[in-house]
Amino acid sequence: MSKRITIDPITRIEGHLRIDCDIEGGRVKKAWSSGQMWRGVEQILLGRDPRDAWAITQRICGVCTTVHAVTSVRAVENALQLEVPLNAQYIRNMIILAHSIHDFIVHFYHLSALDWVDVTSALKADPDKTAALAESLSSWKLNGKHEMRATHERLKNFVNGGQLGIFTNGYWGHPAMKLSPEVNLLAVAHYLQALKIQNHANKIVAILGSKSPHIQNLAVGGVSNPLAVDSQQVLTVERLLAVKEHIDALQDFVKNVYMVDVGAVGAFYADWTKYGAGVTHYLSVPDIPLDTKGTQFAFPGGYIENKNLAGQKQIKNFNDDFWGKGVEESVKHSWYDYSEKKPLHPYQGETKPNYTDFQDNGKYSWIKSPTFYGKPAQVGPLARVLNMLAAGYEPATQYATGTLDLVSKLAGTKVGLDAMHSTIGRHAARMISCCINADLLSEQWGLLMNNMAKGDLKTFNPPTFPKDEVMGVGFHEAPRGVLSHWVVIKDGKIKNYQCVVPSTWNACPRNDKDEPGPYEASLLDNPVADPEKPLEVLRTVHSFDPCIACAIHLTDKESNTNVSVKVV
Amino acid sequence: MRAVVLGVGNTIRADEGIGVRVVEALERGYVLPEGVVVIDAGTSSMEMLDDLSDLDFLLVIDAVNDGKPPGSLIRLVEDEVPVFFRRNLSPHGIGLSDVLAALELLGKSPKETVILGLQPVSMDLSLELTPQATARVPELVTQAVQELSVRGLAPTPR
Repeated sequence: MSKRITIDPITRIEGHLRIDCDIEGGRVKKAWSSGQMWRGVEQILLGRDPRDAWAITQRICGVCTTVHAVTSVRAVENALQLEVPLNAQYIRNMIILAHSIHDFIVHFYHLSALDWVDVTSALKADPDKTAALAESLSSWKLNGKHEMRATHERLKNFVNGGQLGIFTNGYWGHPAMKLSPEVNLLAVAHYLQALKIQNHANKIVAILGSKSPHIQNLAVGGVSNPLAVDSQQVLTVERLLAVKEHIDALQDFVKNVYMVDVGAVGAFYADWTKYGAGVTHYLSVPDIPLDTKGTQFAFPGGYIENKNLAGQKQIKNFNDDFWGKGVEESVKHSWYDYSEKKPLHPYQGETKPNYTDFQDNGKYSWIKSPTFYGKPAQVGPLARVLNMLAAGYEPATQYATGTLDLVSKLAGTKVGLDAMHSTIGRHAARMISCCINADLLSEQWGLLMNNMAKGDLKTFNPPTFPKDEVMGVGFHEAPRGVLSHWVVIKDGKIKNYQCVVPSTWNACPRNDKDEPGPYEASLLDNPVADPEKPLEVLRTVHSFDPCIACAIHLTDKESNTNVSVKVV
Repeated sequence: MRAVVLGVGNTIRADEGIGVRVVEALERGYVLPEGVVVIDAGTSSMEMLDDLSDLDFLLVIDAVNDGKPPGSLIRLVEDEVPVFFRRNLSPHGIGLSDVLAALELLGKSPKETVILGLQPVSMDLSLELTPQATARVPELVTQAVQELSVRGLAPTPR
């Protein structure tokens, strides 16, 4: 007899992501991922000036603002084959790198750590033992007795003062929670520190983007930041030096805290390297352009089928046909209709809604189902890191080796690369990606300073729009994976616009061949100790960092829980 | 005295953007006194943490679901202000309540928080507010000015 559970954030006026699982014998037997909201931002863009698209698309999502902005200008520039001045590339690169570091830190500590860390257990910890453990793992300056005692005290006061209410929604005391009180306390200490550290990344985005969270400095053809070596009005060397201080602070935390914490969670929850692999076709794109034409990139991307790193095919640049011709979207299981019953390329993409109701074997999601050469593909940090490794990208090899060595040491058993195809593997890959991005951020800062020192202060090439029809694609290896915007422009106006977002790839429903998407596939065989508290399902879904593109930030006075579980 | 007027919401989802539209109108119409910062927070969350730390007064303007008839004006104070961490499948679950909870946890909560808002009429995909919500913008601006004025932070009309 199987039991059906539905996890649905129904308490919002409109829900976002709904996960259904059939549970049998304490394991997930079948899963459905359903986007509960129609995005349709594409409709708003039709007929508009392509130069305005980025400012609108960055409001698609409350989390990934800058990534849509950058991808949108790249799409329009690709349609016009417009070169982007070097300084503009560097400034954009720094913005997206800083944004990604922010995203990774917040995801791990504030959105998913509490799937693994029991806040109430931390109360039972001995702060001095916690400090001793922390200091044996890392030289981070805030791992000492003083810090751990203060954290313990703060937590105790909170709970004694009846204020644990802010944490009401955790699965405290769940049988799947395995960390010792000391490790839990250490995690809580770093949770608090991470709240402060993430500010450094915001400061970088705010200085370079003229405003955060919604940057204002982008333009089709470059950026609007005037550069100067001496003036106070613009982006000066002095302000860039301030940026460097924020970069250094992030580097310190990422390498001495984030890396060690992920290693520890991986080692203490080693059984989670066996769950959550799902779809093992991995797609990523190259990013951090290093030239004006966007043909050279700091890191590689490509496509891996069935975990076969040796057979990887690389994606080289924005004009790469292997990339451009491989993407299609199916709506067989989505609440849309196409004129013909077959998957469509994004340039021909249609957005005609056809809501039916949730049908297990029919249509059940507002998300389309993208495929790469007819197959579902996992995107995100794991796809990125595996493609980097397959392409022999040295920094990835170095950080991946370091991570696996650390986990092996803490677990007391050899953990190999195969462990990466898992729920925990996605957390490890995200951290590896964060380390790489922190180094690249520093490098891009150096490149910008050097280029300015050479006397090049150019930041913008004005676009000109032809009368006839042109089309272009912009892609970006965003924190959650490949993001692409596809634009068709006619007579200087947008004729078609389609965004294929990372969570479309990962959270998609079954495709034309009824193959499950990555979330759905990854949940198969996940253990579920208590169907009323499906912590294990959340662990795997959260490991993708779900981000259904539809930010609503309404203040909801009525509810204090957002995940409702219905057992049928 | 440090105060922030925070406009929250998504400007591509009709009345969800009310908070942003009201702070824009406030800035167009008034010069804010020293110590008062107006922020268009859009749909951001944790990014705001630094700007909202250790405030004397936080005035939030947002679309509010209070179960009232659509278009109603809403004012939340003290215990009515939602402060908690959500558990959600998606980071979009992170909202104002989580940011306020994080400030609480850091011991950096505003001394006083007031939320002014509107029960939305529509949150469909649109760059425009509904006519009912548009009509409420001047009232919300006036209310915001009053909230500031009674705390000795009166804005000056431009």
